[in-house]
Amino acid sequence: MHPAYSVILFTTASGAGYGLLALLSLGGLMGLTPLHPWMGFTGFLTAFVLITAGLLSSTFHLGHPERSWRAFSQWRSSWLSREGVAAVLTYAPAGLFGLAWFLGETAHWAWSLAGWAGIVCAIATVYCTGMIYASLKTIRQWYTPLVAPIYVLMAAATGALLLNLLLVLFGALAAWALWLAVGALAVAFLAKIAYWFSIDNARKTYTAESATGLGRFGKVRPLDAPHSRANFIMREMGYAVGRKHSRILRRLAVILLFAVPLISTSIMIAYIDGALLPLALLATVSAGIGVAIERWLFFAEASHVAMLFYGNERA
Amino acid sequence: MTTLPEKTDKKLGLVIDLDICVGCHACVTSCKEWNTGGYSAPLSDIDPYGADPHGAWLNRVHTYEAGEGHGGQTVHFPRSCLHCETPDCVTVCPTGASYKREEDGIVLVNPDTCIGCKLCSWACPYGAREYDTDHGVMKKCTLCVDRIYNENLEQEDRVPACVRACPTGARHFGDIGDPSSEVSALVRQRGGYDLLPEMGYRPVNKYLPPRERRDGGEHQSVLPALAEPSPPQAKLRGESFFAWADRLLSR
Repeated sequence: MHPAYSVILFTTASGAGYGLLALLSLGGLMGLTPLHPWMGFTGFLTAFVLITAGLLSSTFHLGHPERSWRAFSQWRSSWLSREGVAAVLTYAPAGLFGLAWFLGETAHWAWSLAGWAGIVCAIATVYCTGMIYASLKTIRQWYTPLVAPIYVLMAAATGALLLNLLLVLFGALAAWALWLAVGALAVAFLAKIAYWFSIDNARKTYTAESATGLGRFGKVRPLDAPHSRANFIMREMGYAVGRKHSRILRRLAVILLFAVPLISTSIMIAYIDGALLPLALLATVSAGIGVAIERWLFFAEASHVAMLFYGNERA
Repeated sequence: MTTLPEKTDKKLGLVIDLDICVGCHACVTSCKEWNTGGYSAPLSDIDPYGADPHGAWLNRVHTYEAGEGHGGQTVHFPRSCLHCETPDCVTVCPTGASYKREEDGIVLVNPDTCIGCKLCSWACPYGAREYDTDHGVMKKCTLCVDRIYNENLEQEDRVPACVRACPTGARHFGDIGDPSSEVSALVRQRGGYDLLPEMGYRPVNKYLPPRERRDGGEHQSVLPALAEPSPPQAKLRGESFFAWADRLLSR
């Protein structure tokens, strides 16, 4: 599948934003984080900027961005519509909770209800993003039960790193936040390894023979193409990253998204009283690049059933 | 609404006879010609005379080789929207632009509400939807909904443009949900089949398989007969005399 940069930016930036939003709210609600007004302000602002930038960038690949409000209407059947609804819904409770934090009013039950509602909405939004892909039967690398949880885990891991950076900046770093990041990174890493293993070893069910129904005569192969140059289907669905490049990029993603942040965060746990800003920055920036590579691969490694008509033997 | 109708009154669709399609692409060009001038905006044509011509077409004809040697076949294979009974291309649409009509089962895109997110094209296993970069919306076969009910046209023209254009009669249009229709009879007689039935989208359009070759696997062909030495022919009178004379004089 063709990796659209706007969609990569959207899913990674808004994922990290929702992760930060949920974990920061959690820290505040559980009394694990000091309710410093400006830390709350900076944290919620960062989360909302990431989410909003992501949502805006996702409209760049639309043919008619000015009609995107229509996408809130079909939540009964469409995961994309559900994602849109959940994304916009998140703003209200999370924004209220952020405001309450800034004003020092979190003690009242209504504010903490808003905080919890924001957390639920944030997780739901990221889950919906994952389900947009995981619901497509036509792409076997996406139609797996691991895809949506991995989206949530990636959001948690990148959000936790952002939270640590924020806590370091405001001198409020705590061991729980570091352990949370280590845990999220470790689980996300294991899930991603399991995902790569499963897509590499999955049985390819669909064949050119069943796509054309001509298997009764034997092996089916294209003789003449319907058009002289690549059409939309070939450009959109035919994008494939070479096996060699895919191996290198997977290693790069593992190093930048998991290894570097895990090591940095572990050092931070060991030297929690040191000057940790460079390490926190390193972990966040490295994971940011790593998650972009991971997301690019998610698209580039996905193969579409329709390419069976264009010479792919199995899908 | 992108939720699917419980059932449709009719199942209008195409039955495509792979046995007699000659791969002339007349259905492809007539489809483009009709649909670029009718329903919705023109179908995009990018760089049509340049090095990289491409654009939105609603019907494509592939040519495949199936099988090896004598049992093998060369098959021309038209491919367009199959107007599935339970398509995901409709349910994934976030805006309701993609829908399936309750009255006849035709799957359409409303070009006024489509946001051009392309998700429906990802959900279609048949590669039937093509994005129009000029218009910014998704395009697909409409089963010529603006022809088949069009009372301004002669009765014989009230069929999809591809069906009207086919010079060999390889394309049939009708109600596949009605067991007494001509198309249903064809599907029964010829063993019409679904593409990718295991995906479960229940396509309405059916394909009629190419017939087995008449010589049924025996090694029989016209070509070896031509290559054999010609059988002795009745010689013209005098010919043998000239041959004798030729041999004599050549000594």
